[in-house]
Amino acid sequence: MTSTSVRAEFPDPVRTPPAPPDRSRLRSFTLPMSFLAPAAILLGVWLLYPAVATVVRAFFDDRGEKFVWFENFDRMFSDPVIHTAIKNNVIWILVAPVAVTSLGLLFAVLIERIAWASALKIVLFMPLAISLFAVGVIWRIMYRDDPSQGALNAGLKVAHDSFSQEGVLPAARPSSDALTDRFVFTRQLSPGDTALMGLTAISESAVPAGAVQAADPESKSGAITGVVWRDFSPGGGEPGVVESGELGIPGVTVNLLRGSDTVQSATTENNGSFEFTGVSGSGYQTQIASKTFAQPYKGVNWLGESLITPSIIIAFLWTSVGFAMVVIGAGLSAIPRDVLEAARTDGGSEFQIFRRVTIPLLMPVLTVVFVTQMIGVLKIFDLIYAIAPGSVQNDATTLAFEMWKRSFSGQNKFGFGAAIAAFLMLLFLPYLIYQVRSQRKNA
Amino acid sequence: MATAEVTQPALRTRSMGSLRHRIANAPVNFFLAFIGILWLLPAAGLFITSLLPPAVSNAEGWWNVFKKPSELTFDNYSQMFDNEQITHALLVTAQVTIGATVLPVLFAALAGYALAWIDFPGADLVFVTIVGLMVVPIQMALIPMFTIYNKTNLYDTVLGLILFHTAFALPLGIFLLRNFFIGIPRDLMEAARIDGASEWRLFFKVVLPLGLPAIAALAIFQVLFVWNDFLVGFVLAQDNTPIAPTLAGQLRQFGSNLDVIAPASFFSAVIPLTVFALFQRYFVQGLLAGSVK
Repeated sequence: MTSTSVRAEFPDPVRTPPAPPDRSRLRSFTLPMSFLAPAAILLGVWLLYPAVATVVRAFFDDRGEKFVWFENFDRMFSDPVIHTAIKNNVIWILVAPVAVTSLGLLFAVLIERIAWASALKIVLFMPLAISLFAVGVIWRIMYRDDPSQGALNAGLKVAHDSFSQEGVLPAARPSSDALTDRFVFTRQLSPGDTALMGLTAISESAVPAGAVQAADPESKSGAITGVVWRDFSPGGGEPGVVESGELGIPGVTVNLLRGSDTVQSATTENNGSFEFTGVSGSGYQTQIASKTFAQPYKGVNWLGESLITPSIIIAFLWTSVGFAMVVIGAGLSAIPRDVLEAARTDGGSEFQIFRRVTIPLLMPVLTVVFVTQMIGVLKIFDLIYAIAPGSVQNDATTLAFEMWKRSFSGQNKFGFGAAIAAFLMLLFLPYLIYQVRSQRKNA
Repeated sequence: MATAEVTQPALRTRSMGSLRHRIANAPVNFFLAFIGILWLLPAAGLFITSLLPPAVSNAEGWWNVFKKPSELTFDNYSQMFDNEQITHALLVTAQVTIGATVLPVLFAALAGYALAWIDFPGADLVFVTIVGLMVVPIQMALIPMFTIYNKTNLYDTVLGLILFHTAFALPLGIFLLRNFFIGIPRDLMEAARIDGASEWRLFFKVVLPLGLPAIAALAIFQVLFVWNDFLVGFVLAQDNTPIAPTLAGQLRQFGSNLDVIAPASFFSAVIPLTVFALFQRYFVQGLLAGSVK
């Protein structure tokens, strides 16, 4: 190939070529075009045309046959699910970019102080390489409801149980009328009396370990005695009577009440027996303490309708904070040392320096991270699809998600979907103008 | 901070300073260790879940495996490789990723070169248009392209997915490469032109080799983006879907399908994680160039 490049023949430092001959003028068009053609064709057919076509499509009915003016937008803004989507978009935009940027800043500052910074950077940055769909799967495993299945609720259960323990018998019921609903023995007791406190609806596996044959309590002078037992033997047995084969329940707290006061407490033995000694007078009642029946911790309903959006945002933070940290960290290391040194020499405290020197110098980087996140958040689809169970999709939805759902989930409401897409593009427009402006300035 | 320590005059005060420093850093170390564990835990959960028999993964939490490690098994993975739907999806993902990385890198390099080094009327307008297109979300193109794909038999094909991803990679790609190419020393370009090199020769012999760092960054970015795509494959394909959309149907019975979802999700994450680990430096550079500019 021989060179006919204008500049090769006139190698002057100024880029504007002298008036070229006709053949060259044609070439000054065909040469760049041959470089630009593949990109131009793809951009024209796959971006420019569909962007315009989508806006046009928004004014036609769902089958694309009839021009319906603003009907699709009317439908859109009167649709309660779209209202939820807009509300969620607002939540996402208000929460996620601020959280990502501030956590990224915090980690970027702290990570400079540890010896294993590069290892931690990889750990925090790693989720960015994983698809949002897989991230959704990962977090859906974390968010499983049952504390025995979902790690987050398991962690919360450990914390919860260290303050209030699960009762030994969460599901037990009184076996006869001898006990009230609140497990109070109905008969008034005096020293020498016995209380038979039978319980049922206890599965065999739920009986606490160590239980043995229940003891029929013996009367004791100066004391109130009794038994708490599983009032059930194979074949049924008679309610309210301690029979052979029925197990005592150990570890149950029994309160001795007089009026509304608790006078004494006792814990049952392996055979279910308990004893209150040194009792005088009359009018006592016994009650099985309510903590015996405390329900187990059920866990937070992460994937329920009220928490689903915060839950998805947490998963999003997991993937994005590493990105923010790395970009902000690069910004931090670009701050000249002598500026910070000068501030220190002037007697500024570390916090003052951070607020008055570091943050202002970082502002351009923080803005970039913040704006990138705002734009990214508007497009999120995969995470919502993967994390939100079908039953709460309408509570987790956003505009990007509804755009897909109305058009492609089998609904085929293409006019509606195009209207959502056009509205979404409207939200991107300020960013587009900002981008184009800032590039013009640079060029 | 290092400078502050070095400027301390006496050795004694310096070591005292570093001791104080270390004590002050104990909470920071502790806090960041906690954060690190918090970040590793979810991924570890997926990995362990993928190694559990279905009955176990459906019924209990994955951390119980530390009590009974004998439950771990590679059965899910061997079943995954026997599952034709999933192996086909992985193959499609690989094909689309390769195609939709090579093509946009090549096309973006060509266009970036033209915008950086060839004078032609309207170059500024073209560049500004490309900057504007960087903002257009995928959602804007789905409905018209779905219609076109159905009419042209591009629907449900690997080629259709490659072309879609290529087009959407071009604005950022051209932007990145044009800005990188423009930094190539003018003297070098002029010298090559004086030597009689054609624009094409210049492109292949000078610009491409010198632009390698930016090209690598763009390529890695693109591999991760395309491999991890869900939406495009979900909408524009049916039987030839990449891995993520293929798994989408399994989500309905999440707990009982974990033996399929977990290994496939983990396996599909291994490839981008490897690429990422190997070429992290380029990736971070590209990211910084793309976002800070």
